Amino acid sequence: MTTLPTATTKKLGLVIDLDTCVGCHACVISCKGWNTENYGAPLSDTDAYGGDPSGTFLNRVHSFEVKPPVLKDQPAPEAQLIHFPKSCLHCEDAPCVTVCPTGASYKRVEDGIVLVNESDCIGCGLCAWACPYGAREMDQVEKVMKKCTLCVDRIYNENLPEEDREPACVRTCPAGARHFGDFADPDSHVSKLSAERGGMDLMPEQGTKPVNKYLPPRPKDTLSEGAGDIDILAPYLEPVAQEAKGFLGWLDKTLEKL
Amino acid sequence: MHPAPSVIFFTVFSGIGFGLLTFLGLGFPNVTGWTAFAFFVIAYLCAVGGLISSTFHLGHPERALKAFTQWRSSWLSREGVCAVVALVTMALYGAGLVFFGQRWGILGLIGAIFSLLTVFTTSMIYTQLKTIPRWNSPLTPAMFLSYALAGGALLAGQVTWAMALLAVAAVVQVLLWAQGDGALAGSGTTLATATGLGAGGSVRAFEPPHTGTNYLLREFAFVVGRKHSMKLRVIAIVLMAVLPIALLAAPFTHVVALLAVVSHVAGALAARWLFFAEAEHVVGLYYGKR
Ligand code: SF4
Ligand code: SF4
Ligand code: SF4
Repeated sequence: MTTLPTATTKKLGLVIDLDTCVGCHACVISCKGWNTENYGAPLSDTDAYGGDPSGTFLNRVHSFEVKPPVLKDQPAPEAQLIHFPKSCLHCEDAPCVTVCPTGASYKRVEDGIVLVNESDCIGCGLCAWACPYGAREMDQVEKVMKKCTLCVDRIYNENLPEEDREPACVRTCPAGARHFGDFADPDSHVSKLSAERGGMDLMPEQGTKPVNKYLPPRPKDTLSEGAGDIDILAPYLEPVAQEAKGFLGWLDKTLEKL
Repeated sequence: MHPAPSVIFFTVFSGIGFGLLTFLGLGFPNVTGWTAFAFFVIAYLCAVGGLISSTFHLGHPERALKAFTQWRSSWLSREGVCAVVALVTMALYGAGLVFFGQRWGILGLIGAIFSLLTVFTTSMIYTQLKTIPRWNSPLTPAMFLSYALAGGALLAGQVTWAMALLAVAAVVQVLLWAQGDGALAGSGTTLATATGLGAGGSVRAFEPPHTGTNYLLREFAFVVGRKHSMKLRVIAIVLMAVLPIALLAAPFTHVVALLAVVSHVAGALAARWLFFAEAEHVVGLYYGKR
């Protein structure tokens, strides 16, 4: 059924920390790798080594520039570069599910994961139209809709060592910018993290009620203020010759007198 | 949005076909025998031809029957159900007219209602999408219904009705354009809300996640041809409504009527191309596009 469950027992999802993400795209690659080799149709690439490469990904990392306003006390504010990983947010009010004519798209009652039953999908693409986040991509080879599965085939997989029973992207992130857990439990790691750091919804006005939360970047460090030196080694890097000698010295002095 | 030819043809022709079936179901024109047969063949060619062309953009058309199952929640599924009910009812009603010279009015009425419901459900597939603010308006179903009725009246040879309905369709279309131009800005969705980064200052897409293109850009960030949209709008309105009305005002001959139909269809196709090409999906914001 493509009607949404009124409530789910668990609310599994991710916290994505925009403060710590370094934009390395490791999660993109591990996601592609895991999901090509496991659940459902592989994520295809077309013309991978040609002039017009294109492929299916369930997780992508954008980069945005944030330019603070020019104010009296910050006449030349420094722009901040934010790396922004984006995968399905497993919305509570998922519009992608209700539009599906076949029942292929559904939200699980037990844990809230939004999945596609690929053998029912007719490849109409309407669910991708309904998702505001671009979290669904039609596979160009298999002609079925692909989306993040929250690594449903890892998180409950007893054949994997315990530490690997979390999404591939979370497991792989070298910066620890992705966290996995149950948002229905207020004492879970992700609930606490989100509460502490002001976890936010993307496009709240679309009314999708995303489960995944994004942690806003902290203000940029003000390097040029305060103590002055950037590095403890800086004193050793002082220029050895402060005064120009010879012809250049003469030129410097002469020009200064003019 | 990418203006897929199959979907443009489907919405225009099935709209006209179901519009004609509506008029036939209500008994305008009140024909029987071979004349009725000719009208029904045209109506079914348009309606069924449109439905078939809509399956061309499916990845797995062989599973299309599954699309009838989710009518409780999905407008696309409801469209399929309404279309089948309309086509089956109208086939029985048409058989009565053609083979038995009988007009089973109640069947015609049911068929006409389901024909209009089919057009309405089609329009709701687009209208329901909050992600495409330009479509997310009551004017979208008004546009689809007025086009279907105008085209149907034209094909049914109901000259007075056709002239009035063509004018209505033109007005609704212009209103939809006027409202649509401010819809994305009015929706409140911006790159700032999409990223949650607005509190820190102005947000700009710096680098996309991939160097090549992808499904999202092909499907949702279609911007080609928008710069000619004003000219195309004028052409569409003239062909879709102004010229056919002028032709219908002239003394009726079959050649003139045919010209009016051809002009109307060409204009409707152009307008429907714009309907897709001009529609901005909010996902484009993540790519700094609209
Ligand atoms: S992020 Fe998109 S695909 Fe995922 S549940 Fe929400 S609407 Fe559906
Ligand atoms: S593409 Fe597949 S999953 Fe998406 S709405 Fe169509 S049938 Fe459902
Ligand atoms: S949870 Fe799994 S499927 Fe989803 S983005 Fe992470 S690696 Fe990909």
